[in-house]
Amino acid sequence: MGGVPISTPYWRRKNITWIYFLLPSIAIMLLFFIYPILLTFFYSFTNLALTGEAAKELQFVGLDNYTRMFQDPTVRVSIWNTLVFLIGSAVIGQQVLGFLIALLMKHKNKTFRRIIGTVVLAGWVTPEIVCALCLYSFFGDEGTLNAIITSLGISPVTWLYTVPMLTVILANIWHGTAFSMLVFQAALDDVPSEIEEAAVVDGASKLQILFRITIPYIKETITTNMMLVTLQTLGVFGLIYAMTGGGPGTATMTLPIFMYNQAFVNYQLGYGTAISLLLLLLGIVLSLFYIRSLKE
Amino acid sequence: MKDAKRKWGLLPAALLLVLAVGCSSSGSSTSSGSSPKETDSKPAPAKDSGDKGAATTAKKTITITYRDDGSGEKGTLYKWIKDISTEYPNKDVEIKPTPIQASEGDYFAKIALALKSKDTAPDIVTEDTFMLNSDASAGFLEPIDDRLKGWEDWSNGSFIEAMKKGVTASDGKVYGVPYNTDSRGLWYNKEIFKKVGLPEDWKPKSWDEVLNAARTIKDKAGSDVVPMWMNLGKATGEATSMQTYEMLLYGTGERLYDDASKKWIVKSQGINDALTFIETISKEKLGPPLSKVLNGQAGNTANREYLPKGKLAISLDGSWITGNYLDNGAAPWPEYKDVLGFAPMPTSKGQAPGTITLAGGWALSIPSNAQHKDEAWDFIKFALNKENTKKLVISSGNITVRADVAKDPEYTKMPFNEIATEYLKNAEFRPAQDKYPEVSTQIQTMVETVATGTKAEDAAKKYAQDVTRIVGQNHTLEK
Repeated sequence: MGGVPISTPYWRRKNITWIYFLLPSIAIMLLFFIYPILLTFFYSFTNLALTGEAAKELQFVGLDNYTRMFQDPTVRVSIWNTLVFLIGSAVIGQQVLGFLIALLMKHKNKTFRRIIGTVVLAGWVTPEIVCALCLYSFFGDEGTLNAIITSLGISPVTWLYTVPMLTVILANIWHGTAFSMLVFQAALDDVPSEIEEAAVVDGASKLQILFRITIPYIKETITTNMMLVTLQTLGVFGLIYAMTGGGPGTATMTLPIFMYNQAFVNYQLGYGTAISLLLLLLGIVLSLFYIRSLKE
Repeated sequence: MKDAKRKWGLLPAALLLVLAVGCSSSGSSTSSGSSPKETDSKPAPAKDSGDKGAATTAKKTITITYRDDGSGEKGTLYKWIKDISTEYPNKDVEIKPTPIQASEGDYFAKIALALKSKDTAPDIVTEDTFMLNSDASAGFLEPIDDRLKGWEDWSNGSFIEAMKKGVTASDGKVYGVPYNTDSRGLWYNKEIFKKVGLPEDWKPKSWDEVLNAARTIKDKAGSDVVPMWMNLGKATGEATSMQTYEMLLYGTGERLYDDASKKWIVKSQGINDALTFIETISKEKLGPPLSKVLNGQAGNTANREYLPKGKLAISLDGSWITGNYLDNGAAPWPEYKDVLGFAPMPTSKGQAPGTITLAGGWALSIPSNAQHKDEAWDFIKFALNKENTKKLVISSGNITVRADVAKDPEYTKMPFNEIATEYLKNAEFRPAQDKYPEVSTQIQTMVETVATGTKAEDAAKKYAQDVTRIVGQNHTLEK
């Protein structure tokens, strides 16, 4: 002991006490985030099942679940449906509609802003499952929409059966647009009015101002919002499940619904976890894409 | 200043340590550490005292888990359990209903999760006989062969012999005592039949006769009457497999599973015939509107709404639907005994045995993780004696599995009970295989795709692929 020089430890010299403050978050991340993901990763290589012989003995099945996934035509349908739902309800619907509403409300008087804001927010504050039931009764065979159009002399349409994807997309737009609206409202308020006024003086049209000044100015907000809305939409389950259950057939079967069906209807937890990782991968790829376009 | 900073810096670390220790110790006590030991030691003294027949001092709680469809304390099973537990002679045990509120499909997933652990497993669980084999293979259930040996009722002919097949798993062991069963056939509205000139006492001899009756109704009864309802969607789950597809398939003489070679039949004329029947129904628009039949409420729409209102002529469904029409049912309809007829489902071309039905039903089982197995078994014997099963099947509108109840006048005076029990003579069961529930979901997909316009042969091809993937190439058979 005596011969070893006692030097000041690195952490004392550098004063990195900040690490203590991070430790709880790191621990919580490890325990509740990283560990479950690793466990899911492990289970996706097993035949884990809820009942039946496989429930007794967990077996390592290698890449079976993954090869099965790539051969399963329903997986392709689900990926396609997920993308349609994503583009329809998140990118086009929530993002564009949210932006337009925010734009229309700019420079309007307070009462007008409040009324519109409250109406749009109603969808946002309604819990997903309540929202699903409301819209189910709106689009249902004997629902409000059919009551309205029959009173106009048009014959009723079985919306949930004829255009199921459109109904769930509209439902998600109704539910989620308020978020984008709020984000864009904040961003638009930050656009300095001097620049816009200067452009007006220079003779720019309203559209020119929008595309040359306003949009470039809030570009970062657009991308960030796009990423948030995409990730939120990717995980939408309750809304679709309660409205159409993924059907009819596989018309509204998105990856979360397909994953649930495999894990809890077919009792194939191993296969279900493999699908959940596919969903995770999709989320990561899309996030990276957005982050990259943010940097450019 | 610096010291103070460091001191505060240590605080989160200390907290973290507490957190980590707390987590690891609680984690071990619930998973592998002390808990199993604790629970293991609990039933042991109970067993001893049970063997000696001595009354234990502490009152034991026997929990019974069943599916609550949302009716809560108004539910038939809840009322029945409460009723018989007040009469239960052994006052040292308390009988406690612990329902799981779930849809039918979710119930199986939820009990599988509950049965997995000693902490959550009840002492008695109600098992649908089609899941029984799967749960037995998973090791969730206790075989009761040895216990049955000491129970007179089981061996003296009180139980209908054929019904024991439903609770015997593929390993030959018995995993539960059945308490009800059901048969399937063609419910029809006599008033509509009379209106269109069909016989009020209808007994079709073949599928063609069924289809022709439906065609007549379509032509003459008006557009607001659905000629024939069958469950056709994935959303109606097992009802689509059993009431629709299997009733057809078994009527062709074909089966799902070949017992002799122990293989699943993935290609056969029977499969094609059954699917062609569904195709005909959908092509000629003899069936229900797809927007009504492809969701989970389809069964209720047909039985609680369409049939009583005279909007449906023929319904291929189970014997229990009349339970809806009782005074305490979901859609009371006192005239049902006169308006409804219940015809047996004919075999495809009328070949022997002429008619076909499938039988299912429910059983009381003891989970292998149950805490009080002996007390549970004693209670099952009491609950499923003649008097108590009679009470249950009468209040729920089910069919009895006991031969002595079947002869009881109180039971036979219920409309349709006698006739539905009679159909059981030709009753077939679903395969007692642990892969059945999974194969069944493929059946539902196949039926739904045909109903929505896919060609029968394409749907059959996909079914063959999917079943092969599930059971393995070596366990399939083509005919």
